[in-house]
Amino acid sequence: MARIFAYIVHKSGVADDTAVELPVAARKIYPEQPCTAIVTGWGADLDQVCESLRGTYREVWKIAKEPLAYPNAELIRKALQSVVPAGSILLVPHAHFGVDLSPGLSIRMNAAYVPDVLDIEGVEGEWLKAVRQEFGGQVSTHIRCNLSTGAVLNIRPGAFRPSEAAPATGQVVDKSAEVGALTSRRRYLETIAAETGDVDITRQTVLVSIGRGIGEQENVAIAEDLAEAMGAAVSCSRPVVDAKWMDRSRQVGSSGQTVRPKVYLACGISGSFQHLAGIKGSPFIVAINKNPKAPIFRVADVGVVDDILEFLPALASKVREESCVPGKRGGGHD
Amino acid sequence: MEILVCAKRVPDTSENEIQLNGAGTDIERDDMVYSVNEPDNYAVEEALQIVARTGGNVTVVTVGGEDDEEILRREMAMGATRGVLISDDTFNGSDGRGIAAVLKAFVQTEHYDLILTGVQAEDGCAQVGGMLAAMLDYPFASLVTSIEVLEGRKLKIGREIEGGSKEINAIDLPCVLSIQTGINEPRYVGMRGIRQVASVPIPTLGASDLGVEPDAVGEVAAKARRVDYFVPPAGKGADMLAGSREEVIDKMMELLKAKGGLN
Ligand SMILES: Cc1cc2nc3c(=O)[nH]c(=O)nc-3n(C[C@H](O)[C@H](O)[C@H](O)COP(=O)(O)OP(=O)(O)OC[C@H]3O[C@@H](n4cnc5c(N)ncnc54)[C@H](O)[C@@H]3O)c2cc1C
Ligand SMILES: Nc1ncnc2c1ncn2[C@@H]1O[C@H](COP(=O)(O)O)[C@@H](O)[C@H]1O
Repeated sequence: MARIFAYIVHKSGVADDTAVELPVAARKIYPEQPCTAIVTGWGADLDQVCESLRGTYREVWKIAKEPLAYPNAELIRKALQSVVPAGSILLVPHAHFGVDLSPGLSIRMNAAYVPDVLDIEGVEGEWLKAVRQEFGGQVSTHIRCNLSTGAVLNIRPGAFRPSEAAPATGQVVDKSAEVGALTSRRRYLETIAAETGDVDITRQTVLVSIGRGIGEQENVAIAEDLAEAMGAAVSCSRPVVDAKWMDRSRQVGSSGQTVRPKVYLACGISGSFQHLAGIKGSPFIVAINKNPKAPIFRVADVGVVDDILEFLPALASKVREESCVPGKRGGGHD
Repeated sequence: MEILVCAKRVPDTSENEIQLNGAGTDIERDDMVYSVNEPDNYAVEEALQIVARTGGNVTVVTVGGEDDEEILRREMAMGATRGVLISDDTFNGSDGRGIAAVLKAFVQTEHYDLILTGVQAEDGCAQVGGMLAAMLDYPFASLVTSIEVLEGRKLKIGREIEGGSKEINAIDLPCVLSIQTGINEPRYVGMRGIRQVASVPIPTLGASDLGVEPDAVGEVAAKARRVDYFVPPAGKGADMLAGSREEVIDKMMELLKAKGGLN
């Protein structure tokens, strides 16, 4: 049976949430097999992360190298190639770093690659059966993946919920000596922090959030008008920013802002996992979408199948009508 | 600079509702609207902007079938110097690794300084670019949102990372970059532009033209295979508000008030 490893993403001495999720995925592959953590980095931060993982993993492999102080996937790929035995299964969180690291790593290891794994349905012989999504989550697929030469599996963050596993008292094994000199034809220079805009959407209690369904720039005013009536702010999905209809600081999602409103109106947003990743704190989600099968309806609390270009103005005028005439309730509610 | 852009024709999710066929073996493809995979179009635009500054040519390549020629023409109408279709029955059933192996063979028959792919195909695994780079032993960067050409066969690139921050790297040429949406504003292509390139011949290359190893492609070589499609379980599912628009809005007003949605 192949060994299973979990690559630990960390920052400022703290392991990512996925560090406790990857062992859950590992147990779905081989229930009896312990999973070994691999942590790369440098200095006190690295030691702190390794120490923190001893409660979750029986064995923590540490690779301490100065060039790994910043997680450059080109260098980490080389380091992993040196220490991970041929035929192993390596689990990596499917986020910005994993997308950079894993496809090339699978080639270097001559291993199978399956990204964005949502579930694992078990192993039959040398075939693993995994669940993925395509077309922005509109359909799911079963993938059969051949384990005979090993595998790199990128696991979707949040998909494998940690249970109360028996606490481990793991040991840290220093593997640094097995890794030779690390150089790369891609060199990290600096990180430029996200721009801040006029409105801080991370501090709003109510967000009217628009997606590609808003259609064109002129229509953004429809959402702004509703937000004004509701005392809310407008946020958006990525395509709205890509089209330059709204400022990047308004983008909700894994490559945008993380918001924690009380109420989130998703208007013409399909509900991709990268978008949903930016919505935290379990807000009350209202989805308005003209496609009754849009994935957003699977996560929303309340759904409306309608055209936002007509629905939002109608809602705005109702909100105004009620707030202008105190005490008066518009229409029956039967 | 000689730039190669890898592009794929995919079902356009903003134009279609994706449905399964009866057997769950595929999505329903009748009457499907196809287009260039969204990030690939940004990759072509970026390549055109780079050669406008530095000189050179932009080649757009796709591994597919006859129908895929239309996206090559579209990208040529944008300004790409030429399009190349790579097609062979032996490629059927390839996984990302197989497609990357075909592209590698093509790259090795020509000379490119820079190879661009999209971040991910609509029906793909965000893998072809990174795999191609590893096969060619070129440096790679994913999720690229800015490119600046430096002296001495180097680029300065920005990569998108968590939370909207950007990571700046220097990378040596030749290299492979996967391009993220939003890096530029792809130019508009009208019917007139498409008509102008309608009769430009597009070369088609097969496995033997490129020296592709038969055991590197197709279903036999695939280490990962899609078995079927299915509709994901509903989860908790939204409470759908039904009725006339007025009724829906009344119900919505009650809910918004109750949940603190009206400030
Ligand atoms: C590495 C990476 C990072 C990413 N980061 C982010 C991120 O941070 N944030 C983010 O949002 N995305 C992100 N994405 C993109 C993400 O995968 C999706 O492509 C994106 O979220 C889709 O946005 P959307 O829902 O607005 O558009 P679409 O998926 O195109 O959906 C539009 C929806 O609008 C509906 N609609 C159309 N017209 C109307 C109408 N008139 N009335 C009502 N409904 C209508 C349609 O039915 C559809 O459901 C990222 C992608 C990658 C690869
Ligand atoms: N058949 C193909 N032909 C040419 N390029 C492709 C093909 N498949 C994928 N690509 C490129 O690789 C990128 C990532 O695709 P994927 O790995 O399938 O998600 C796409 O955006 C394209 O640039």
